Amino acid sequence: MIYRETGQFKTSYAADQQIFPIRQDRIGIAILLAFAFVVVPLTAGNYWFNAILIPFLIFSLAALGLNILTGYAGQLSLGSAAFMAVGAYAAYNFQVRIEGMPVLLSFILAGLTAAGVGILFGLPSLRIKGFYLAVATLAAQFFIVWCLTKFPYLSNYSASGVISVPNVEILGYTFDTPQSRYLLVLSIVSLMALLAKNMVRSSTGRAWMAVRDMDVAAEVIGIRLMRTKLLAFAISSFYCGVAGALYAFCYLGSVEPDGFSLDLSFKILFMIIVGGVGSILGSFLGAAFILLVPIFLDIVLPWLSELLHLPVDSATVSHMQLMVFGELIMFFLIVEPHGLARLWQIGKEKLRLWPFPH
Amino acid sequence: MQFFLEVLIGGLLSGVMYSLVALGFVLIFKASGVFNFAQGAMVFFAALSLVGCMEKGAPLWLAFILAFGIMTLLGIATEKFVLRKMVNQPPISLFMATIGLAFFIEGLAPLLWGNAVRRLDIGLVDEPIPWILEHWNMVISKFDLVAAGLALALVAVLALFFQYTRVGRALRAVADDHQAALSIGIPLQHIWALVWAVAGFVALVAGMLWGARNGVQFALTFTALKALPVLILGGFTSVPGAIVGGLIIGGTEKLAEIYIPPVMSGIFGGNFGGIEGWFPYVMALLFLLVRPEGLFGEKHIDRV
Amino acid sequence: MARKIGEVILDLRHISLSFGGVKALTDISFDVREHEIRAIIGPNGAGKSSMLNVINGVYRPQQGEIIFQGEHRKDMDTHAAAAAGIARTFQNIALFKGMTVLDNLMTGRNLKMRCNFLQHALWWGPAQREELEHRRKVEEIIDFLEIEHIRKTPVGRLPYGLQKRVELGRALAAEPKMLLLDEPMAGMNVEEKQDMCRFILDVNDQFGTTIVLIEHDMGVVMDISDRVVVLDYGRKIADGTPDEVKNDPEVIAAYLGTQH
Ligand SMILES: Nc1ncnc2c1ncn2[C@@H]1O[C@H](COP(=O)(O)OP(=O)(O)O)[C@@H](O)[C@H]1O
Ligand SMILES: [Mg+2]
Repeated sequence: MIYRETGQFKTSYAADQQIFPIRQDRIGIAILLAFAFVVVPLTAGNYWFNAILIPFLIFSLAALGLNILTGYAGQLSLGSAAFMAVGAYAAYNFQVRIEGMPVLLSFILAGLTAAGVGILFGLPSLRIKGFYLAVATLAAQFFIVWCLTKFPYLSNYSASGVISVPNVEILGYTFDTPQSRYLLVLSIVSLMALLAKNMVRSSTGRAWMAVRDMDVAAEVIGIRLMRTKLLAFAISSFYCGVAGALYAFCYLGSVEPDGFSLDLSFKILFMIIVGGVGSILGSFLGAAFILLVPIFLDIVLPWLSELLHLPVDSATVSHMQLMVFGELIMFFLIVEPHGLARLWQIGKEKLRLWPFPH
Repeated sequence: MQFFLEVLIGGLLSGVMYSLVALGFVLIFKASGVFNFAQGAMVFFAALSLVGCMEKGAPLWLAFILAFGIMTLLGIATEKFVLRKMVNQPPISLFMATIGLAFFIEGLAPLLWGNAVRRLDIGLVDEPIPWILEHWNMVISKFDLVAAGLALALVAVLALFFQYTRVGRALRAVADDHQAALSIGIPLQHIWALVWAVAGFVALVAGMLWGARNGVQFALTFTALKALPVLILGGFTSVPGAIVGGLIIGGTEKLAEIYIPPVMSGIFGGNFGGIEGWFPYVMALLFLLVRPEGLFGEKHIDRV
Repeated sequence: MARKIGEVILDLRHISLSFGGVKALTDISFDVREHEIRAIIGPNGAGKSSMLNVINGVYRPQQGEIIFQGEHRKDMDTHAAAAAGIARTFQNIALFKGMTVLDNLMTGRNLKMRCNFLQHALWWGPAQREELEHRRKVEEIIDFLEIEHIRKTPVGRLPYGLQKRVELGRALAAEPKMLLLDEPMAGMNVEEKQDMCRFILDVNDQFGTTIVLIEHDMGVVMDISDRVVVLDYGRKIADGTPDEVKNDPEVIAAYLGTQH
């Protein structure tokens, strides 16, 4: 009964084109935002902010970036972590090299820098597709991390490329509590998610999906493949770049190039596979899921080992983690290739028809 | 000049090893259209299984057979539990599934066989060949030469297998057209299991050789990363492409590692070693910009 | 409204196209007049689809000249063709499978939309207005093709016949001057064929759209087309009104299978 669109006749195309056409969805989102912006800051503890909420939001943003490129535009990338690294290091350099640079501006510039690098590494997509492109994005992964390690200038001559970022300060206010950093990250991520949603539901997004689904037909319609693909690379990298900047400035405080490894790229890829390829919501669901799995295992495995009287050391736990990740990915690809977002949608539809099954 | 040749030959010899791993990819791709990212994990798993069996007291030959058996089981399981359930999905999803498979195997292998780095003795030592050292004043590793010889022999055997045996012909028929192969009664699933077993065999040989050289450890999974640029260069479907691509990547990579960092240090100061991580990729990419169809591919225009 | 066939709008001269060693088209010339329905027929592999691909720039011929609306070109470019008002459907349906019917049709209007990605990201204002404006146009086409009930359905889930119809809709969404249809009725049952025929005639009639049509069903071709080109083995073997073509000995030979 709660979730019904009965009686909600759309009287105009404008109403039909709203971001959330169903009233219950609108109310749900409003409640969720109020909860995230008001209730959580008032109630959550530091562990929650530092270990769960902030990384969750940042990885959601990175996953969103990858989802734009892979889920919407259909160009598989295995180098998202490298674009995060570009963002982190660019923001750091803008901060330390330019006196009085506003932090938010340096985040934007970091995103733009990542976008530029993204375009550069997106160029091969004009000639190659599919696996070939996926493998080619590995070039970005390895090359960028190598550059950040080897060019001392990029890390302001710190040892082995480690950078420690200054505190975030906006208009005289210093974001030094976990709570304040959470709110900053939440605001940025919510805003960028909204912008992304707007892009994917307009002709920019349709052009991406057209190129993804049938590039020849897209071309025949008059969509320029080059421009469309490069735009996807640029915007995706922009999102990953901002995520990287937040990762350094609002989460870890100090990062090194090797932290942005191929493994991190895979993790982000797993987020969109589990969450839902080609879904904004899925990016968030997937990030939450992938971040929670290790936490869950950390709790469950020791408990299990006690129960079965089997010793489990930390190496074993990390191997089990690998296996669980691997299995999850295969499981989702086999059972629900559209991920959690699809399950959520199916659940909603069920609710809508309840109590009549058809 | 002598030094240049020494580096080049060393590079070509390790290039043959890249070819070997690349061949594992090509086999599976040709037969089932799957780009198996887990090939590197399979190399790791195979090598670990081999030393694991040897540690339990088996001689090398027996351990090799046992490890091959294990790889075959892994291949059959992969076919049965993963690939068979994904037949109607786009190739890129299958590719992502094999990334999952890679993670799974990378976790499973040390759980089964232990985590420590192991030495693997196959009766070959990594020392310069005295005759070449004497006459040409070049350091060419005996190990590398024998390993490359073995790898080449394996590649040749596989090529012959594909060309002349009944099973090989069936495999090629499958590679050319799944539907047609089905319609003339070739059991696809058996063929796929078989091809995964063959790829497991290739992984085992590669794992044995690399493991004996550098120790049996997690780093063996990176062999896949070495083989990927070879595939871009040579194409996913071409056996000669894998061989020539491996040689090109191996040779240029070692030369670049020796000659480029000093130049960069001269310009920027600092140390620029370790370019072999990305150099092959960038080179393969630049090559593709000039020739998108790869080394041996044919120019292809999408049909609509 | 009585249709009036106008001047030559598309003129193809001495087009030759080959793939490696395979000659798909050999020295083919014909023209298309404004508002007419021009059919291309011929056995499988004759080069019909290749001909359409040459017209809108998917394939580039090695020789020949294409004159569209007075503009001379060595070959077409897909974007230029779309911009000049050429839209098409494909022999093997080439819809955007992951998108809804509505989105497929909206994508068809991509070239007419002017907002950039920044405006889209902000949405409120120009992007929203533009979206609405085009939505209205697309809804007209949805009405015209009688596919209101499936507008929110992902096209991958539709039956074959409906997909063909949606693909026609996507082409129509561009409000084309010329429509290239590659076997629009292949694989359909009689009823679906009749619907499709009606749509094609209506489009031609109501919007004055010039239509180049590849079709195997001789009855349909003879019924609805004004002039017919016959290809065989990449060569033109006949060109004229349905009646002329029907009685051409070479055409009869090609169809009655003195070869193959
Ligand atoms: N993209 C392509 N690559 C290679 N050969 C092609 C391609 N497109 C068409 N051909 C060849 O051109 C010839 C004509 O094909 P096509 O135009 O599809 O014929 P039709 O549409 O009349 O059946 C055929 O021999 C076909 O194999
Ligand atoms: Mg055709």
